[in-house]
Amino acid sequence: MSRGTWLISRLLQMLPTFLLIGIAVFVLARLLPGNAVEAMLGERGTDEAVARLTARLGLDKSIFAQLMAFLEGVMSGRLGDSLAFRIPVTRLIGERLPVTMMLTGLAVAFALTAAVPLAFVAALNANRWPDLLIRGVFQVGLSSPIFYVGLVLLTVFAAWLRLFPVGGYGDTLGEHIYHLFLPAMTLGLSFAAIVMRNLRASILGVIHAEYVDFARAKGLRGSVVLLRHVMRNALIATVTLVGLEIGSLLGGAVITETVFAVPGVGRLMVDSIFARDYPVIQALTLVLAVFVSLAFLVTDIVQMWLDPRVGR
Amino acid sequence: MSAPLLEVDGLHVTFSTPRGPVHAVDGVSFSVGAGEVLGIVGESGSGKSVTLRAIPRLLHANAAVSGQVRWRGADLHAMPAEQLRKIRGGQIAVVFQEPMSALNPVLPIGLQIDEVLTAHTTLDTPARRKRATELLGLVGIASAATRLGQFPHEFSGGMRQRAMIAISLAAAPALLLADEPTTALDVTIQDQILKLLLRLVAELDMALVLVTHDLGVIAETCDRVAVMYAGRLCETGSVHDVFLRPRHAYTSALLRSMPGEGAARSMLVPIPGQPPRVDRQIPGCAFAPRCTFVEDRCATERPRLTPQGEGHAAACHAAARVAEAAS
Repeated sequence: MSRGTWLISRLLQMLPTFLLIGIAVFVLARLLPGNAVEAMLGERGTDEAVARLTARLGLDKSIFAQLMAFLEGVMSGRLGDSLAFRIPVTRLIGERLPVTMMLTGLAVAFALTAAVPLAFVAALNANRWPDLLIRGVFQVGLSSPIFYVGLVLLTVFAAWLRLFPVGGYGDTLGEHIYHLFLPAMTLGLSFAAIVMRNLRASILGVIHAEYVDFARAKGLRGSVVLLRHVMRNALIATVTLVGLEIGSLLGGAVITETVFAVPGVGRLMVDSIFARDYPVIQALTLVLAVFVSLAFLVTDIVQMWLDPRVGR
Repeated sequence: MSAPLLEVDGLHVTFSTPRGPVHAVDGVSFSVGAGEVLGIVGESGSGKSVTLRAIPRLLHANAAVSGQVRWRGADLHAMPAEQLRKIRGGQIAVVFQEPMSALNPVLPIGLQIDEVLTAHTTLDTPARRKRATELLGLVGIASAATRLGQFPHEFSGGMRQRAMIAISLAAAPALLLADEPTTALDVTIQDQILKLLLRLVAELDMALVLVTHDLGVIAETCDRVAVMYAGRLCETGSVHDVFLRPRHAYTSALLRSMPGEGAARSMLVPIPGQPPRVDRQIPGCAFAPRCTFVEDRCATERPRLTPQGEGHAAACHAAARVAEAAS
């Protein structure tokens, strides 16, 4: 199988994945306890009003017809209106999603900037003091819950030192980065710890490999040996991990956005759950699930690029 | 013979392990002249591969190395890293036993050749590519231009070893250190690779140090041989002298344990016992506990490498009696 065919079949796999995500989201919404319409209407839920809304939402039709209607709506980008905000869900998510993407992206960037070089320092000094120090610090980061780290950073850097704002998002790109700095640090910390530990271990696995000795025997410069022969091979395992961690990073974003009052989809999710804003919950679940599977796709493609044995 | 290219003088390698130091190489000295083929033979754990890897300082941090390794008169173990880097691959190249693990699995063969040329020559990209194609042709890999873009897993075992040899030869080294280059290959391929190495040594006027546990390989390919046992050099000399007139009890025993030519039905004589553990210093001769010529002083007094004729030396107290028994 050539790499082109591999890539095409990998892309085609996305179709059933998306379909299954859609069905799962639909089923989850139907499995929620209680009558959704009554919950939506709350105190205004007279029998007549419930019947009207049920009919308007198509909930009186068969389950299968509802599923088809749902999938058709998803395909054509109609996800309904938010009950709390009274605007189309797509618009609501469209406003909030970039904030979360920015937060997650910054968190990944911070984490990788710190974790990759430190993993090298730790691995090259394995079991000596720099390694023990780096591992110790990250162990603390890994064991601290996100909300706690967030509160500590807020207290120290925002409240005491007044270096960063307490919350919000700002209007320009610079402001976004400024406002998201602490949240991204918070979100990235445990991710950085996981990446650092994983990469350190895989560097240690690679550094005594025969091909690294052979690269040294070839008289290559130290930097070439380290980057081309050690780093590249060590990264293969780590890339997979980074891809898999994107999901939990989004989970962490929910908490981080709540602590720092960042107007992203994580916070929207929490608010919608409290408000029982079903269309928003459903649409967000769908969007985040699609996003995670896209992250897996990117992981696989990067992996294919790093490791020629994949897809042949 | 002109001044030797490589002189190894009193080489000691001690590995620190959780269970204490291991003396893998214990005072080994030999030299290699230009264009010469030296075989280092010994059983597993005799320190022959460690000796080979110690020459261009390829051992890891857990190995303490002492003694001198002089390349064209300059001590490799005392020179600055950058000077050593230029000699590695440029003048002294290495071929490892397992091409599958010695070639980087994620880089195309062409790049693995190219990086040697980048490190040691001033050729531009098209010239390097041309040279890489020539090198694959030189080691007998057909359709070289296509092969350059392929990865190690797309090559067969013999091909991979040829590719590794091509990589090692890229910068036209004066000495090739080959660590059991044929052990991982099946017998017919072994023969091809050995013939290839010998042809290249002759064509490119290269010296070769060939580490092997196979006396047959030594007999076929080498000018001189060094026999190692328990990290020590037992005997060195021309292949002819050492094989026909061994002066060390271990060499003699080793030769008798090998099937000879002609006498198909003669019994092989195994060497009784086991090689000694190298995690403690042995005061006398390391072979003494298994030796049939053993004398009292063998247990206490370490034999020195002493001349046994032109270019032939052995470290055996019983050299004279071994000689008598062999003739």
